[in-house]
Amino acid sequence: MKGNSYFSRKLHSLLGIIPLGGFIVVHGLTNYQAFERGPEGFAKGVETINSLPVLPLLEIFGIYLPLLFHGIYGLYVAYQSNSNTGRFQYGRNWAFTAQRVTGVITFVFVFWHVYQTRIQVYLGNITHEELGSTMNHIASSPLMFALYVIGVLAAVFHFSNGLWAFLISWGITIGPRAQRISSYICMGVFVIVSALFILSLVAFSGDEFKEAANAALTWTNIG
Amino acid sequence: MAETTTAKKTVKFIVSRQDTPDAKPYTQEFELPYRPNMNVISGLMEIQRNPVTADGSKTTPVCWESNCLEEVCGACSMVINGKPRQACSALVDQLEQPIRLEPMRTFPVVRDLVINRERMFNALKKVKAWIPIDGTYDLGPGPRMAETKRQWAYELSKCMTCGVCLESCPNVNDRNSFIGPAAISQVRLFNAHPTGEMNKEERLEALMTDGGIEGCGNSQNCVRSCPKGIPLTTSIAAMNKDTTKHLFKKWLGM
Repeated sequence: MKGNSYFSRKLHSLLGIIPLGGFIVVHGLTNYQAFERGPEGFAKGVETINSLPVLPLLEIFGIYLPLLFHGIYGLYVAYQSNSNTGRFQYGRNWAFTAQRVTGVITFVFVFWHVYQTRIQVYLGNITHEELGSTMNHIASSPLMFALYVIGVLAAVFHFSNGLWAFLISWGITIGPRAQRISSYICMGVFVIVSALFILSLVAFSGDEFKEAANAALTWTNIG
Repeated sequence: MAETTTAKKTVKFIVSRQDTPDAKPYTQEFELPYRPNMNVISGLMEIQRNPVTADGSKTTPVCWESNCLEEVCGACSMVINGKPRQACSALVDQLEQPIRLEPMRTFPVVRDLVINRERMFNALKKVKAWIPIDGTYDLGPGPRMAETKRQWAYELSKCMTCGVCLESCPNVNDRNSFIGPAAISQVRLFNAHPTGEMNKEERLEALMTDGGIEGCGNSQNCVRSCPKGIPLTTSIAAMNKDTTKHLFKKWLGM
């Protein structure tokens, strides 16, 4: 890789939390409205996001570009590392390997997920209002549901464990005690954010969204 | 000679051998008579005296490096039963048998268990792990170091450049230019010194180049493996803090 790897690696670390970490939390909270408030709540959440000012700029500079840089540079970081969990079976060493494995899984999952949802909206195959029924369609298939659970867990682990590493890489948690406490907090983040996503997947696969999907289908048939 | 009826206690070694730097490694088994208080070095000395493998065929003596024999020089570092450590402090009575000896392959293998740790010394040069006081006239006494600081800095000074932390680090390999944990901890040591502190930016800037501190992936194997118990991950995080501060100060022109 050309240039000074210190700056690219620092940027990689920063982008992973700001904006990508923030994005994953907001995404989780928006989806969770599907569980808490049903199809209308989810539709409202989507609408709130769509009513943000300069949305295309936010999407490009807040999501797509950071995601591409973090993902592609991350693949290079993963390529540069060995896994020696066989010889050194320490929890943190497992987390080191898991960070790289989940990174690669997340990379594939995010591309596929964006293709199934956002790109379909861009292509005009579905509208923002139909995203709930698209998700119902995906989550109703047991195979897709399982793949989504794997993808979501990988992404959230990568974020939570990355948050722990971010705090070290920027010199915020220094001593072993600070790092241990932050690891408990990050584990808590993993559990909570994972729960948000998995509960919303459960909601998407439920009857409420099926009816909403059928209603939407009728609408398109009428239209 | 008449056969003795008592079974003699023996020690079994499985040694990874390599004839030249580019040759393919192979293993040989040795069975040595047990002596009380043996360590891996005395086992290797026994093989040197009588280089015969367990199946009775004569072979070349196994090559290894050692100096101090009291775990302060780091020369005899090797992988013993899967873990990198010093052979002198590896007591046979405390090891599971057969005892497997391998070189630390993170480094270029010269022969058998002998490795070339030059990259570690290059890393120390890169980060300027010394205190520049040479000049044309007497600079006089330097500032004193606070006792509280001296106590933790002394722990960092125990580093013997043995290479165990590099061997345990998953990011030190031939696809990665990471200098390894040892040199980063030395930056902390020399930057803590009241006279060394006067050149601290130079060392921080060396850490902020290719293969510097950003190579750490926080697997934290180093701190678990260090035979001297040096708080390597604390050193790395402290240097992360200092390099980050230095980065922003430089951007802001402070």
